Amino acid sequence: MSQQTCSSRRALLLEGVRDTVPMLVGAAPFGVIFGTLAIAAGLSSATAIGMSVLVFAGSSQFIGVSLIGAGTALPVLWLTTFVVNLRHALYSATLLPFARDWSLAWRWPLAFWLTDETFAVVEHRFRTKGAQGGQWYWLGSSLAMYGNWLLWTVVGVSLGQSLPGLANLGLDFAMGATFAAIVAPQLKRRPALGAAVAAGVVAMLGRGLPYKLDLMLAALAGVTSGLLLEGLAGRKEQST
Amino acid sequence: MNHWLAISGMMLLTVLIRASFLVFGQRLAFPDWLNRALHYVPPAVLSALVVPMALAPAGTVDISLQNAYLPGIIVAALVAWKSGKTLLAIVISFVVYGLWRWGFVPG
Repeated sequence: MSQQTCSSRRALLLEGVRDTVPMLVGAAPFGVIFGTLAIAAGLSSATAIGMSVLVFAGSSQFIGVSLIGAGTALPVLWLTTFVVNLRHALYSATLLPFARDWSLAWRWPLAFWLTDETFAVVEHRFRTKGAQGGQWYWLGSSLAMYGNWLLWTVVGVSLGQSLPGLANLGLDFAMGATFAAIVAPQLKRRPALGAAVAAGVVAMLGRGLPYKLDLMLAALAGVTSGLLLEGLAGRKEQST
Repeated sequence: MNHWLAISGMMLLTVLIRASFLVFGQRLAFPDWLNRALHYVPPAVLSALVVPMALAPAGTVDISLQNAYLPGIIVAALVAWKSGKTLLAIVISFVVYGLWRWGFVPG
């Protein structure tokens, strides 16, 4: 390998890191909150940090911790993880055309690190500037997100441990407020709002069903409503 | 529950989904309706978790001054919706929740 390609690889890696910086800032508070809540929900510091190391998926980690804290059965926890993460398959499909010729030694780790944030950064780059040498750029973005997430998880875990009364100080509330704050900005489009309302109503009606079936039914009702409303809106647009 | 077992399962599912197309690739196809449906999964799942927390924090429906979750969660949603700042919304909602409990909930 020549000196030149080596330095251009490093340049690409650093560009990936640089373009991901805004995402790092956005993810940091969630890392802290995740670590804190995980401890309050009864995870050990090893399992809390282990979840960030091994799963590395913000929203399903939050939901996972709240389900583990509530003593949910494993199949339900896993089914929820699957449903919540399914959008990543879409990212995987979108980036495949660029990565088709890369070796598996590249594709496996880059897939492991494929978050919403890295997808947004990498997809934008490849679409506008092409994917030449893109695995190094993607790696830079991935490592930045991963290191950032682990760092802030550890900060949150130590915060959770130094405030042992936190569990009594409204852990449930913190969880609810976090979810509400994450979901609210997504509801500006009417089908998404309809999905949220339908899911909320079904969740209320189904409270207490075994195996958290209420959650699955509510999710199904929400997604179906969103699709129906989107279909209606599309038809109206066509007719005008 | 064994937490490590729970985490291992979560890891396996997450990495397999992310690797689906990238690693196993070309043979998989993604129908258009599923494509669109996925956009509604996060708002649906999060709302399904939040709404019962706000309206029935102790399991039964509680729309009274004693339920500090309801105003707190409404404030969290409103601030986030208006400002787009998640952390700000959480902090403000915590203040509302705390003050509400202090003001309206005995003991």
